[in-house]
Amino acid sequence: MSTEAILMMIVAMLIIWGGLIVSIVVLRARPERTDLPSGGQDDHRQDAGIIEHDT
Amino acid sequence: MTRFDSTAINAEGVGLVSTTNSTAAPREAFTGQVGFILSAIGSAVGLGNIWRFPGVAYENGGGAFMVPYLVALLTAGIPILYLDYALGHRFRGGAPQAFRRVKRWLESVGWFQVMICVLIAVYYAAVVAWAASFFVYSFGLDWGDDAAAFFVGEHLQLADVGGADPWLTFDFVAAVLIPLVLVWVAVIAVLAAGVVKGVQRANVIFIPLLIVAFGVLVVRSLFLEGAVDGLNVLFTPDWGALGDPSVWIAAYGQIFFSLSVAFGIMITYASYRRRRSNMTGPGLVVAFSNSGFELLAGIGVFSALGFLASQQGVTVADLNFQGVLLAFVTFPTIVTEMPGGAFFGALFFGSLVMAGFTSLVSILQVVSAALQEKFALSRRAATIGLGLVLGTISVLGFSTTTGLILLDTVDAFVNNIGIVASAIFMCVFVIWVYRRGPELRYHLNAVSTVQVGRWWYACVGAIVPVMLIVMLVQYIITRIGEPYEGYDTTYLLFAGWGSVALLVLGAVLFTLPRWRGREDFAPWPSYPPVDAGTEQKGSVR
Repeated sequence: MSTEAILMMIVAMLIIWGGLIVSIVVLRARPERTDLPSGGQDDHRQDAGIIEHDT
Repeated sequence: MTRFDSTAINAEGVGLVSTTNSTAAPREAFTGQVGFILSAIGSAVGLGNIWRFPGVAYENGGGAFMVPYLVALLTAGIPILYLDYALGHRFRGGAPQAFRRVKRWLESVGWFQVMICVLIAVYYAAVVAWAASFFVYSFGLDWGDDAAAFFVGEHLQLADVGGADPWLTFDFVAAVLIPLVLVWVAVIAVLAAGVVKGVQRANVIFIPLLIVAFGVLVVRSLFLEGAVDGLNVLFTPDWGALGDPSVWIAAYGQIFFSLSVAFGIMITYASYRRRRSNMTGPGLVVAFSNSGFELLAGIGVFSALGFLASQQGVTVADLNFQGVLLAFVTFPTIVTEMPGGAFFGALFFGSLVMAGFTSLVSILQVVSAALQEKFALSRRAATIGLGLVLGTISVLGFSTTTGLILLDTVDAFVNNIGIVASAIFMCVFVIWVYRRGPELRYHLNAVSTVQVGRWWYACVGAIVPVMLIVMLVQYIITRIGEPYEGYDTTYLLFAGWGSVALLVLGAVLFTLPRWRGREDFAPWPSYPPVDAGTEQKGSVR
């Protein structure tokens, strides 16, 4: 591989996969807002049976 | 609205319409962020990521393509994704209902998007079915030495459409028909099970499995002889390409088609997100996952192409490096030539099936949601009804000896004209004409952790519509000037332009009947923001 090609491959990986990692880290650090406006409660769920494991 | 106390506000904010319409079922919802993100990734990551991106990047400047690609991701992909999210999440409906809540007549734009999904679903299911067949074939390397002849001749039994030959037959091919029927049964079963137990569950299983299977495939192909040459071809930058407008248009087109935006999917999925939930943060994860998977596919596909080129003593440019032929002709050839090929083939076609199936589920969920909401149908009635109708059309059109030609034509016209026009309609009517941009941005910012700045208006109000209008006009001029793929012009008139006409006709016909679903609706949080006394701080500037 030419140096230029290797460089472009690394830059693309850093930006795209790096962007993915950063966006996941940012989301995990603050998954939801804690200062939402009042209201906005949903109706009860139709599928109440499943236990929620995720955020 | 008159405010009395906080409970009254809550009741109104919630839209406690269930008190006036107690028979209406509450809206389905993803169980949480992970389920939503995986489902949205499942929708965005489809066949296009695997067989379109690598070839487009290679043809448009190689390594230099990353520049317009990333610019397009940031200025068009993510902004349009946010527009879809905001519409679906704020107005709590599939495409027709969400647009109707923006402005009553815009329901027709929603149905235009539903029609796009209808036309895509009928042929997309066929490709998933082919991939499923090839998954089975790969265990015995059934295609032998001539994969092209096997795919076109034995598997599809394509009628010769070189000259005055049949353009449309109803000679069914059992090897295509049976898997196609099975795909429809499977997808309808998933949809009928509901958003949580069907859509979300399928994605929670298939997406991690897809990433693992495809990851193994890519790592394996990196160690093939000649892989480095393939990567060299893909990533060597041609900086001169950056001065070519068509390269930029290709980048915007790639981002736009691969993210599954602007034809109702992301609107529908966002509407199944609970009201009090973060939208933009997960949106970034989805957008970068989609691009991340494309990059992975580019590396895997070009490593494998480099291997095949070295085996056959040709250059990568001589191979079919894009589209249906890449998947069903070039890849089987690679599999035959490599050690342990059967396993590699099963991984590749298994990945195609999973990527395609999860996208097909999302495409049909758009149709299902629209029918449920407009005609007040139960989920089961809507999914079984649409399954029977669309499944029949799909089998009639695409399991015959002329299926490939019809598929190719409908795909080209619906994508390049239908979806592009749909995005232009969205931007023009929602942002320009009815000026809902500030409300939608307020909504996103009020519920989300990552804040959307004013730059978003520039993207969805100017950059995206301008780029797309240029793309659309250019495409239409090209299509008028030269028949698509040199196909018969009468055939193209019906199959190609006819598909576009069908989108418009369907949009009108489905808008006309009376809306039978719930009509009363209050968006939350209210806009313009209510005064600081009743709303908590944190509403966004």
